[in-house]
Amino acid sequence: MSKDLNALRYGGAEVVDRSGKALNRVDSKGSVHEFARARRTGVHSRAMSLRIDQDHARFRNIVRGKIRQNLKRYVSSGELLGRKGKDVVSIPVPQIDMPRFRFDDRKQGGAGQGEGNEGDPVGGGEPQEGEGGRKAGKDGGNHTLEVDVTLDELADILGEELQLPNVENKGKAKLINVKDRYTGIRRVGPESLKSFKRTYREALKRQIASSSYDPKRPIIVPIKEDKRYRSWNEVAEPVANAVIIYMMDVSGSMGDEQKEIVRIESFWIDAWLQRQYKGLESRFIVHDATAREVDRETFYRTRESGGTMISSAYKLCAKMIEDEYPTDEWNIYPFHFSDGDNWSQDDSSLCMKILRDEILPVANMFAYGQVESPYGSGQFIKDLREHYKSDERVILSEIRDKDAIMGSIKEFLGRGR
Amino acid sequence: MSEFALKTKLPAYLRQEQERIEKLARESGLDFFPTVFEILAYDQMNEVAAYGGFPTRYPHWRFGMDFEQLSKSYDWGLSKIYELVINNNPSYAYLLEGNSLVDQKLVMAHVCGHVDFFKNNYTFKSTDLDSPEGREPIRAQNDYDPNRRWIDKMANHGELIRRHMSRLGTQVVEEFLDSCLSIDNLIDWHARFQPRRRKDDGTVEPEQEVPRLKSKSYMESFINPPEFMADQKKKMVDDRAREARRIDWGRDVLGYLLEHAPLERWEYECLHVVREEALYFVPQMQTKIMNEGWASYWHSRLMTGKILDASEIIDYAERNASVMATNGSINPYKLGVELYRHVEERWNKGQFGREWELCSDLEERRHWDRHLGLGHDKIFEVRRLYNDVTFIDEFLTPEFAIEQKLFTYNHSSRNDRMEIETREFKAVKDKLLFQLTNGGNPTISVKDGNFRNRSELFLQHEHHGLDLRRDYAEATMASLARIWKRPVNLHSILEGKLVLLHHDGRELTSESPKVGS
Repeated sequence: MSKDLNALRYGGAEVVDRSGKALNRVDSKGSVHEFARARRTGVHSRAMSLRIDQDHARFRNIVRGKIRQNLKRYVSSGELLGRKGKDVVSIPVPQIDMPRFRFDDRKQGGAGQGEGNEGDPVGGGEPQEGEGGRKAGKDGGNHTLEVDVTLDELADILGEELQLPNVENKGKAKLINVKDRYTGIRRVGPESLKSFKRTYREALKRQIASSSYDPKRPIIVPIKEDKRYRSWNEVAEPVANAVIIYMMDVSGSMGDEQKEIVRIESFWIDAWLQRQYKGLESRFIVHDATAREVDRETFYRTRESGGTMISSAYKLCAKMIEDEYPTDEWNIYPFHFSDGDNWSQDDSSLCMKILRDEILPVANMFAYGQVESPYGSGQFIKDLREHYKSDERVILSEIRDKDAIMGSIKEFLGRGR
Repeated sequence: MSEFALKTKLPAYLRQEQERIEKLARESGLDFFPTVFEILAYDQMNEVAAYGGFPTRYPHWRFGMDFEQLSKSYDWGLSKIYELVINNNPSYAYLLEGNSLVDQKLVMAHVCGHVDFFKNNYTFKSTDLDSPEGREPIRAQNDYDPNRRWIDKMANHGELIRRHMSRLGTQVVEEFLDSCLSIDNLIDWHARFQPRRRKDDGTVEPEQEVPRLKSKSYMESFINPPEFMADQKKKMVDDRAREARRIDWGRDVLGYLLEHAPLERWEYECLHVVREEALYFVPQMQTKIMNEGWASYWHSRLMTGKILDASEIIDYAERNASVMATNGSINPYKLGVELYRHVEERWNKGQFGREWELCSDLEERRHWDRHLGLGHDKIFEVRRLYNDVTFIDEFLTPEFAIEQKLFTYNHSSRNDRMEIETREFKAVKDKLLFQLTNGGNPTISVKDGNFRNRSELFLQHEHHGLDLRRDYAEATMASLARIWKRPVNLHSILEGKLVLLHHDGRELTSESPKVGS
């Protein structure tokens, strides 16, 4: 419904009004030709943009506002799992329409044309529009809108809505990647790098200057002094690398619903961080009594059960970091999700130890999300709290149900570490 | 900017076709404004269509929404706009780049029909800019060459609104436009043909003396100080304005708001633009069936008569069939063209008048033919003097309704779908007429602008058996309150009960007024 249109509007990025440079007032006495010219500058400058682009952009903005308003619904439904950044998602948006005094369509009925007996369903809902297409003025406007947005856009909206800060880089600017860029020209070089165009130009210049150029017989012969070669510069680029390590408890006490919550949450965290880091790596670990690395597919689909040894996952995670992600090159984000029901207190102590000695020193932060399960004691988060209450690097979040996902994401990413 | 992007002029071979087709159309009796054809690429076409045919209209996100829908449905291959023609003198018509020659010819012939209709149908005379008082709509004129430079006018509207936007900010103006557009169906369809209301009826009201308190002359400046007198004067003027708002104004709600709502200048101008443009589109809504029917009648006559050669006939037939297709709902092209043909046949055979009406012998009626040959003249007369409502009312016959398989449908709550209700002639005709009357919009009039002596606006919905949609009504009343700047009341019937909806700018309340109050 559109009554709250105004509230929605301009919810998104700031709107810049580019319509300032409109055509001059057209004098109605002005000739048709004059007018047609003005009109062309209006519409037909397609090389630059259509006039309607601005109106379209404002409309898209309203749509973004709509999406934002219903974001919770999209976020907590699992439908989008498995999409990637540039993937386009079609999202049904509640109708955006001009409110008007109008009749209730259902009560109104209408007249139709065609075959059928009384009581048969009528074929088309909307009136047929033939060749003339839409004559100006008025449409039924009776459709839900399917809006295409990319997952990246959705992640942005999520970020804006949760007011997530941009993630700060862990001081890796010193990390330098050196690349060769062919940007310059030299007088000497290998033949394979000869710049034909430049060489030709030089030769032409010389021949014209020495009046040996004959326009009727335009033959250019470059000599050695004319030759030009491409040369390169070394360009240093800072790189920021980031890896997220998702760990999920798949033990018997984690029911389907709990796993679903974990998956949805890690999906959106992934989407947001992917948006923040170009070339973000994601690694997935599942564990019950033992831990193993799995691919994304498996992480989002697997069903397993067994006991719970959280330390197994932490060990694997620490090993993964040590082997593959040198800490001075990587921003590392371990996320762990569990129902907090560990096998033994001893194991929990072991976890604390690994965390303290091996993971926390190298990671940007450590995030632990605990889903509520009917079986679990939920002890683990209490242990963590006890040990790391004052440690900023450890972020704890309890996720009661699907509706709590948004809040939990905010807790995890709200600090921008 | 590529040169190609600016090239919208008709290529020579189409130019020749245009001349040939227009010549044939003139010989057949059509009489149209000069027509300028331009060729647009599909995205330009979608843009122009989103703007209702006027590329220079004021900016508003709604056009962006229409554009998105058009582009999507084009991208998905669901629809394609072949042609767009603007009621303007000279008329502008846009052809889609890349269409086959047969399609382009068909469209040109179709456009000839439309432009003839624009020029000759009486309803369109309300769009003449050089006779704002309303031309005598019926009388035919020789050398009729009205000023209908609506493209210029729309461009000026666009410029006006852009100027306000750059001064006040896009958001402020666009939000106000939202409010205006949400009531742009509250106009009087016949406003253009009515003499303009005069603010005063010629009699000058005597300047009233502001009553003074009695005082001795040396006390005058203390008892009646100038500030007090100014206050009194202002109060008197306000009272009089308030009194002036108390008129049973009628359906032209927008006109009333322009006259009496406390609008700032830019607001006045925005609302004025919206009203003007809404009125411009009225004739097209009033004559959708007639207009499309007439254009289809003539493209079919001209194409199959002289324009096509044998190799093109299949392509033409296919295109024509897709235009005429019905999918359960009324296709104005189909209904219109069939009704014209029906009328033509009846007047050719003399199937009208008292004798015909009284004849009840079915066999005789079936073979009734007086060889009068009046059909051609009759349909030209019809295209001049009728609108959709009168067209259907007068010429829809039971035979025609059966032949065209017309029916009424309604929502079945049992199956939660639209179902065919009946094919009974009277029901079908009633339904059709109801849909066409006031464009299917509820009839709402201004009854009072000083309701309860609190400067509230009082509107009356003339209930003809159908309730308003409540959620929409609520949002629309919020728009009204935004413009009126005081609470707005609407008197209507919901679910069989009289209700008075009251919107104070923040929320809607409703009460059921006691009968007789």
